[in-house]
Amino acid sequence: MTSITISRELAKEETMMRDTYCRTLIDLARENKEVVVLDADLMNSMGMVPFMDEYPERTFNCGVQEANMIGIAAGLSRTGKIPYAHSFGPFATRRCFDQVFMSGAYAQSNIRIVGSDPGVTAAYNGGTHMPFEDMGIMRNVPEMTVMEPTDNAMLEDMIRQLSHVHGMYYVRLLRRFATKIYEPGSGFTIGKAVALREGSDVSIIASGIMVAEALRAAELLAEKGVSARVLNMFTLKPIDKKAVIRCAEETGAIVTAENHNIINGLGSAVAEVLVENMPVPMERVGVQDLFGEVGPEDYLRKRFGLTPEDIVNKVEKVIQRKKSGSISNTQQGISNDQGKRAIKANRVPKG
Amino acid sequence: MILENQEELERFALQIRLQTMRTFQNLGFGHAGGALSVVETLAVLYGAVMKFDPQRPDWPDRDWLVVSKGHAGPAVYSTLALKGYFPVEDLLTLNTGGTNLPSHCDHNKTTGIDMTTGSLGQGVSSAIGIALGNRLDGRDNYTYLVIGDGECDEGQVWEGAMFAAHHKLDRLIAFVDVNKRQLDGYTKDINDLGDVAAKFASFGWETYDVDGADVMDIQNAILKAKTVEGKPKMIVLDTVKGQGVPFVEQIELNHHIVLDKELCAQSVKDLEQQLESLTTS
Repeated sequence: MTSITISRELAKEETMMRDTYCRTLIDLARENKEVVVLDADLMNSMGMVPFMDEYPERTFNCGVQEANMIGIAAGLSRTGKIPYAHSFGPFATRRCFDQVFMSGAYAQSNIRIVGSDPGVTAAYNGGTHMPFEDMGIMRNVPEMTVMEPTDNAMLEDMIRQLSHVHGMYYVRLLRRFATKIYEPGSGFTIGKAVALREGSDVSIIASGIMVAEALRAAELLAEKGVSARVLNMFTLKPIDKKAVIRCAEETGAIVTAENHNIINGLGSAVAEVLVENMPVPMERVGVQDLFGEVGPEDYLRKRFGLTPEDIVNKVEKVIQRKKSGSISNTQQGISNDQGKRAIKANRVPKG
Repeated sequence: MILENQEELERFALQIRLQTMRTFQNLGFGHAGGALSVVETLAVLYGAVMKFDPQRPDWPDRDWLVVSKGHAGPAVYSTLALKGYFPVEDLLTLNTGGTNLPSHCDHNKTTGIDMTTGSLGQGVSSAIGIALGNRLDGRDNYTYLVIGDGECDEGQVWEGAMFAAHHKLDRLIAFVDVNKRQLDGYTKDINDLGDVAAKFASFGWETYDVDGADVMDIQNAILKAKTVEGKPKMIVLDTVKGQGVPFVEQIELNHHIVLDKELCAQSVKDLEQQLESLTTS
């Protein structure tokens, strides 16, 4: 049986996620000779040099060859190896999508693909390196499991679990300091969301760095007399349908929060469950179909609407809709920001 | 090098070609050109060179074959059936609904196929991964890889070329089937490959130029390749797209073709006669 202990206060962790990743893999490699590591010239960025030092023969730094790396991982898995292949999120997904699809998933290979620097955490690398689409890309691949470990405790447990399973897994991984959500030793079930805070007026379903922001938003909402439930949906696919439906039944309103494009990410996945099972008013916090840009992370969080205040605003809106007794969002027409942009984009120039 | 199995290999090649044409005859269309051009290579691999056991297709110590030009599947399936991996009659199910024999090689569907291929360039990397995995396990088996000349347009081929040489994968023996034509025309008109042996040699591979219709030439190159340590090997096959079936050879764009019923029947008859004369001589 797995047990989850939730940390009592929100504080930055003292260990970087990448160090937990490396240390866990060294442990796993010691236990299991089939564990191998691949990278595409980002071993230093990923803090994987200690692994390479300890297991040089099981480390394959492919150089700047993401497509080749995924293909090699597929071949290694055919011979019984258990590959963990890393690159930055955009290059681990969109750069080598067909290799992930055919040599990986279609061929029923056994690969853990690790994409680092999720969304705005790519910060100073800017828009070219800022994946708002990686989870969505991977979600579209049949039989692919897509997840985003929230902090060190969850990451360690996930990386360990992944050495015992067969299939294609995408792990979206913050390289640096996460906010601590769970106590070390917590055990999780892939595909099962974690309820972090009870609440009755609304459910905030969050992933990645937005989990801590959702908990902060819930505090702000409590001060305003709104009772917000917070759920950590760390597995995007397969999504925990039961948990989503229960939130809809018990709170009647849902806000998703993700460091990703709202298209084909968590917001989309939750919406799909809701419309087919239990339609309730829902709003999505996340990147509104925009490209990334360069800057410090706190600037980018504000720029892309990923703050606790953004969550609070969406919660207040969704609760208004819930009170109006209709799931329809059309009394405003499509006069929200997206609608305005869509209309503008479709405007045909005169003449 | 004197080898005495020439007749046997030529007969096996004819049998593979005949089964492949019977398959296409039954279906009426297919990737005939690029399947026929690798027939002699397959005959040498499965007729003389590779270590394998049809009763144990997953035997880890076997030699592995990745046909990265996955559209050559029908020729590979004929070879595997003739070697007893599955009944020859199954060949007639090619591309039918629910078949185990799809257009492009699929190891989850077809017994004896070592790697799923089809999206070009990718088999290069998976063959490298297989060779690396076997080396990690201390095995001395070989990984064979077949790529097309048109396939060499793919950047992934050259990523793999660099990587395999860097990692001194001397148990990787590859073939490039230079049949000079890709889907849209002659490779020299689309993306001139130039001196393909020189290109791989410059990446650090040991290379061999052979007549891809000559089983002894192919076999000799493989035997030579096995004696060279510290490098991956590339055997450059000079072939004709549609090799050994004149009416297919003569169709200029013969990558994927509709096969005329009468011509197909005639070619099957011709191949049967060739085989008979070889058997009785």
